[in-house]
Amino acid sequence: MSTVNSTHVRTENAFAFSPRRVAAMILRYWYLLRSSWPRLVELVYWPTMQMITWGFIQYYVMQNASFFARAGGTLIGAVLLWDILFRGQLGFSISFLEEMWSRNIGNLMMSPLRPFEFIISLMIMSLIRLSLGVIPVTVLALLFFGFNLYGLGFALAAFFVNLMLTSWAVGIFVSGLVIRNGLGAENFAWSIMFLFMPLTCVYYPVTTLPVWLQPVAWLLPPTYVFEGMRELLIHQNFRADLMLDALALNAVFFAAGVFGFLKLLQSARRHGSLIQTGE
Amino acid sequence: MPAPPAIKVERLVKLYKKVPAVDGISFSIAPGSITGLLGGNGAGKTTTISMIMGLLVPTSGRVTVLGADMPQQRYRVLQRMNFESPYVEMPMRLTIRQNLRVFGMLYGVPNLHDRIEELGEALDLTELLDRPTGKLSAGQKTRVSLAKALINSPDLLLLDEPTASLDPDTADWVRARLERYCRDRHATMLLASHNMAEVERLCERVIFMKRGRIEDDDTPPRLLARYGRRTLEEVFLDVSRGRDEAREAAQ
Repeated sequence: MSTVNSTHVRTENAFAFSPRRVAAMILRYWYLLRSSWPRLVELVYWPTMQMITWGFIQYYVMQNASFFARAGGTLIGAVLLWDILFRGQLGFSISFLEEMWSRNIGNLMMSPLRPFEFIISLMIMSLIRLSLGVIPVTVLALLFFGFNLYGLGFALAAFFVNLMLTSWAVGIFVSGLVIRNGLGAENFAWSIMFLFMPLTCVYYPVTTLPVWLQPVAWLLPPTYVFEGMRELLIHQNFRADLMLDALALNAVFFAAGVFGFLKLLQSARRHGSLIQTGE
Repeated sequence: MPAPPAIKVERLVKLYKKVPAVDGISFSIAPGSITGLLGGNGAGKTTTISMIMGLLVPTSGRVTVLGADMPQQRYRVLQRMNFESPYVEMPMRLTIRQNLRVFGMLYGVPNLHDRIEELGEALDLTELLDRPTGKLSAGQKTRVSLAKALINSPDLLLLDEPTASLDPDTADWVRARLERYCRDRHATMLLASHNMAEVERLCERVIFMKRGRIEDDDTPPRLLARYGRRTLEEVFLDVSRGRDEAREAAQ
């Protein structure tokens, strides 16, 4: 029990980044996913159900309305992109919640793991979870409804990057809320993204909103992505300007999310929330 | 010149909504020593240990651990410390080996595979290493928590009720291993406990806390002599209830 020499121990500063520690956290979540088939099934279940439901609705509408006949794929495209946004945030938040549910957060906060290493590992896990959940669904969308999401090409990459950045910004902030307020704030992780749904105009153009609400919609990065997707699918026109605007807004959202997380973590250290991580 | 203290606490205060949980305590702990932090429920032991670990920011005062100011400079020393507490658990779906691998990587332990095997052997966990942590008995889980606390061969070990919920035999077994670890490595241990037998067996010094303050601080033999008692449990009651009230209760 006592043979390990302490000379290996190096003292490090608060900003030292360690890929090894990030890898440790990813390994921890991977072990968890691998050991639990309900967690794996849940990753695929809702995206599949949603895609199939909306896919059939779109199929029906296309047969009965000339506009939708021209705008083939906008509904199912919106469903898939919304899922990237929603599942991206959920993938981040659930990995974080696993630490709260297992009462492991104190172990992590007492370890040399830095907050930004923790955040990076949660971001990587959200990508892994999203890949496991959404990639099979995109294949089903192609098989069932002939909608090839990957046919969007470079535009898909631009949409994806912007949606992921928003989902991480929200996920980071929600994690801060949970770390500060305990599992009583867990519901935010499941519901906060639905605040975005009507305002980011997932299924309809921004012009559908009342005029006074439209500036609010344009403050949210995903609005640019969904508008950009409709522009691409209906007019075959990729609007790079919309993606750049979304990227700029995302930089602000991401910085605000990280700032909020660090402030809430600081507050948790003041109020003792890291020791009592219950309800 | 004497070695600098492993832990130095100066005029430490923690208020929760103006109510003091820790009320201006000061003490130093010498490197290589085993110290017990005793007190009834709500005495401020866990709050004190949390501030020493850097999990909790003091309202005022100063905590220095292995030469680093906590919590500001905690990343300088977190690799040299570890802890066990009933307030935290290990992820239950992960096997013992997986948990130890994750924490070993977080702490940057070299030759991790060998270290896990070594801890498995030392804590009688070898047969269980590939079993999910959630499927273990309370005693086995405590040994796993202990393995996690020792994974980085810490110079400073903070233990909050390390043998709570263990049967006397297992508790004694755990104490023996902790004692040996500290002796062999010249590691410092601060132990919060309600178990007087444990404190008497392990600790060369005892700090009694009551309502956030230090009520007494000495070696067990000197405490016994000063209070005219035969066991630390009797001293504990004297301190908790006040000497006269404890005498009446005993009669």
